[in-house]
Amino acid sequence: MAAVTAPAPGPASPQRVPTRRTTELGLVLLAVLIAAFGYADVGCAIDGRVPADTARYGIGLGVLALLAHAAVRWRARYADPLLLPLAVLLNGLGLVVIYRLDRATATASAPSQLVWSAIGVVLFIGVVLFLRDYRVLQRYAYVFAFCAIVLMVIPAFLPAVYGAKIWIKVGPLSFQPGEVAKIALAVFFAAYLAANRDALALTGRRIWVVELPRGRDLGPILVIWLLSSGVLFLEQDLGTCLIFFGMFVMMLYVATGRTGWIAVGLVLVGLAVAVVGLFEPHVHSRFVDWLHPLASIEAGQGAGQLAQSLFAFAAGGLLGTGLGQGHSYLIGFAVKSDWILATFGEELGLVGLAALLLVYAVLVVRGYRSGIMLQDPFGRLLSIGLASLLALQVFVVAAGVTDLIPLTGMTMPFLAQGGSSLVTNWILVALLIRTSHAARRPALPPVPPPPPAPPIRPARPSQPPEPEQSHQEPQKSQQSQEPHSSSEPRTSPEDDGGEQTQAVPKV
Amino acid sequence: MSPFGRGSRRESRDASVAGAVRLSLSRTARRAGLFCLLLILLLLINCSRVQVVRSKGYDDNPANQRATLARYAQPRGDILVGGRAVTGSRATGGTFDYVRTYTAGPLYAPVTGFSSQTYGNTLLEGVEDGVLSGTDSRLAGFALLNAITRDPVPGGKVLTTINAKAQQAAFAGLGGKRGAVAAIEPATGRILALASTPSFDPGSIAGTGSATVAAWSALNARATQPMLNRALRQTYPPGSTFKIVTASAALTDGVVDGIDTPTDSPDPYTPSDTTTPITNESAADACQNATLRYAMQVSCNTVFAKLGDDVGEAGMVRMAQAFGFNQSAQTIPVGVVPSVFDTSMTGQAFLALSSIGQYNTAATPLQMAEVGAAVADNGTLMQPQLVASVTRSDGRQVQGFTPRTFGQPISPTVAAELQQMMVNVVTNGTGTNAAIPGAVVGGKTGTAQNGVNNSGTPYAWFVAYAKPSPTAASPVAVAVVIEDSNATRADVSGGGLAAPVARAVMQAVLNG
Repeated sequence: MAAVTAPAPGPASPQRVPTRRTTELGLVLLAVLIAAFGYADVGCAIDGRVPADTARYGIGLGVLALLAHAAVRWRARYADPLLLPLAVLLNGLGLVVIYRLDRATATASAPSQLVWSAIGVVLFIGVVLFLRDYRVLQRYAYVFAFCAIVLMVIPAFLPAVYGAKIWIKVGPLSFQPGEVAKIALAVFFAAYLAANRDALALTGRRIWVVELPRGRDLGPILVIWLLSSGVLFLEQDLGTCLIFFGMFVMMLYVATGRTGWIAVGLVLVGLAVAVVGLFEPHVHSRFVDWLHPLASIEAGQGAGQLAQSLFAFAAGGLLGTGLGQGHSYLIGFAVKSDWILATFGEELGLVGLAALLLVYAVLVVRGYRSGIMLQDPFGRLLSIGLASLLALQVFVVAAGVTDLIPLTGMTMPFLAQGGSSLVTNWILVALLIRTSHAARRPALPPVPPPPPAPPIRPARPSQPPEPEQSHQEPQKSQQSQEPHSSSEPRTSPEDDGGEQTQAVPKV
Repeated sequence: MSPFGRGSRRESRDASVAGAVRLSLSRTARRAGLFCLLLILLLLINCSRVQVVRSKGYDDNPANQRATLARYAQPRGDILVGGRAVTGSRATGGTFDYVRTYTAGPLYAPVTGFSSQTYGNTLLEGVEDGVLSGTDSRLAGFALLNAITRDPVPGGKVLTTINAKAQQAAFAGLGGKRGAVAAIEPATGRILALASTPSFDPGSIAGTGSATVAAWSALNARATQPMLNRALRQTYPPGSTFKIVTASAALTDGVVDGIDTPTDSPDPYTPSDTTTPITNESAADACQNATLRYAMQVSCNTVFAKLGDDVGEAGMVRMAQAFGFNQSAQTIPVGVVPSVFDTSMTGQAFLALSSIGQYNTAATPLQMAEVGAAVADNGTLMQPQLVASVTRSDGRQVQGFTPRTFGQPISPTVAAELQQMMVNVVTNGTGTNAAIPGAVVGGKTGTAQNGVNNSGTPYAWFVAYAKPSPTAASPVAVAVVIEDSNATRADVSGGGLAAPVARAVMQAVLNG
């Protein structure tokens, strides 16, 4: 695979397409500087002086960031220049706040978070370097689905940790397989929907106002989604359950354009949530908390975690108390993971929080952009799925800790303490780097002589990917979608009309 | 199928094959992306709601510890007596960064009150809390700049009017006895001493934790109520010291012609609506038709009871209130409980008893010191004040002291007559224990009956003022009450127990 799609050097384009790698380098360094400044700021606020290890910390993060940048520069030079800097920024800010909370709780989680960051970046580099063509993943769609289910099932046989069976604990290390499973599921959904979108969209029976697809088309994906959700449900990991569902519906909609399913899905999930919320004690208590976050105070039992979180956000106000000068540690348990956003809210204020959410928004938008630019349905759905995953998780967590929706016990991507989450999100960004590279890569040099006749299968002088394409799974579906996708409103050189011919060698 | 008909016309040509209108991938992707952005917009709106719209409610929630944490994040400003701090702050290294300390806790507890992380703030620590904790808006230089820099404003200082020597004399004079002292500078209303015994160390309950809780419950369990501020917050029947007020009313209303004119009063005196006679403590005293001067000297109940009845309820109430009785909300700025002269008595007997400081008549030591001060200040009563000035931590004043007149209960003529009578009490009468060589001292003793049928131990009172010379202004008026008098004879006990304490306080002021 790697050999046949050897990228950049091969078709050296005469037209200079900007790679924006220098922009990325600048932004990465800026992100590292912001994090180092934040680290120093925490020390100044708490001890009145810059922490002694600021330089070591900044250099550590900087080296990781530069290595990641080098990998991108070497193997994905057309990748979106914002993805890596934003990831570095979020990871760095997370480290700053974890260090800040370390100071308040007399613990030392920041060093291990730095180690996890290093592992995450190494995996990022690995994906960027070795996954030269993300479409390889498509081939192993069912393997990914199987892995996702297995990963999620394992903890069910292990003792529950903190009320939820979502952890694998090995010695001092704990690992949340659901986090990794979400990427595997995204890959599966993308691959399946890319292959079957026409069948799903165009065939089926109309029942009342809803057009349902044929069972054999919807079946496998529904089964796998139901299976994963069921497992998560049994493990009481409703947050992951929710974002899996959200991702499933969004990808289904993007792939098929059928709005009706979203409505049906929302009704179904609404019913399910209502039933679970009413009858399942663990979830019910979260619903009660959500509706009455201050109830425990009125009952004379002091402020609960949600109330403490709201107090923290409120204390931040518009401008925040300043890094290191808040009291979010009053939230107590999980203040560095589930509740880490409250520290941002308190110490950086609404202004800082808005900036942070906008960083996520830009990351999501960039993921979507890569997806929309890509002509390959799998890549497109994968980018969109991963970006949606990020958006949904940010929403579910932030809305939970600010009392907009019931709490789910998930963690803020990149920010929160926790190895599996951090590593997973670095892999997620690595995949987006790969898809964005493919999306932004310039088209093959325009063929100098106009083609004599519209060739059905134009033979090109160098056509290495052709044989590979022949044994690729979604070949059929791509052919079948051709008539429809040709009507896409885009008229650029990468128009859908050229998809068949250009998309293949492009990657 | 598609609800977005307008945009999807283009595709209908191809899609018609399957009988459904299908949106293109990029179009649905854009919509899904917009949905994701909508989610984040929702988050921003909700964060604005929590952080801006509803933040005040969350900030003020009693379960929110932040206000308390902020309050103790910096040293508290000090309360000063005579330019010297009687309070302090100590770094704890615990949850709360600083805790209050007191240099002479029991001595100044009736002035400072306490500032406790567990039990709140009282007295000056309470009413001046905004200044001491640095939250008072007068302390901030530029409010807007401070809001941006968030530099904490250091706590300001509260300078009291207390005279350290007078306070020490009062505290030492009371000793182990239960009682209180209030001393005032008559010309200005400055409070020079506020003592209450037994006292307590506010520092013992300043912090948090089990030791604080234990100290608190021990203090509350004691029958002697060490945390009760007897000078400001406890009223006692003023007994014979109230005769100053009655004499003022009689002289002002012209019920008697002068202090040396014999009064028309029997001994014993039986008010018209009762058969129970009012008698004098000592049958040996010649109280029948006695002059006012003599009646004051030996403290004739019969004379003053009869005078009260002669003045009438309206006149007595008017005079008592002119001296400060029945004030609903007296603040110095610490709140003082109102002293009472009954305004709805039915009949002569009760009025007669009220006029000799019994029945429902009740006064704080501060109130009786005000009576003494009005006499000493030639009839003008100044508002008593405890705070001399309030400054920022760097000493810049934000609030000064201006003497304020409360009223003119008696004319200078009447005041002069009263001074003569009170000096006579100290020179020739029941108050000889208050005499200070070289100074002019006027006083009035009192022993108030206590409890039903005089069952409780009586309260020994002494109200006095002192002048360095007959023509000088008086620098000090004082009231002393001692609860656990063992004596049974009326005026002698007031003179015996309370007068020496008053003398010590006055001497401390006179000697500077």
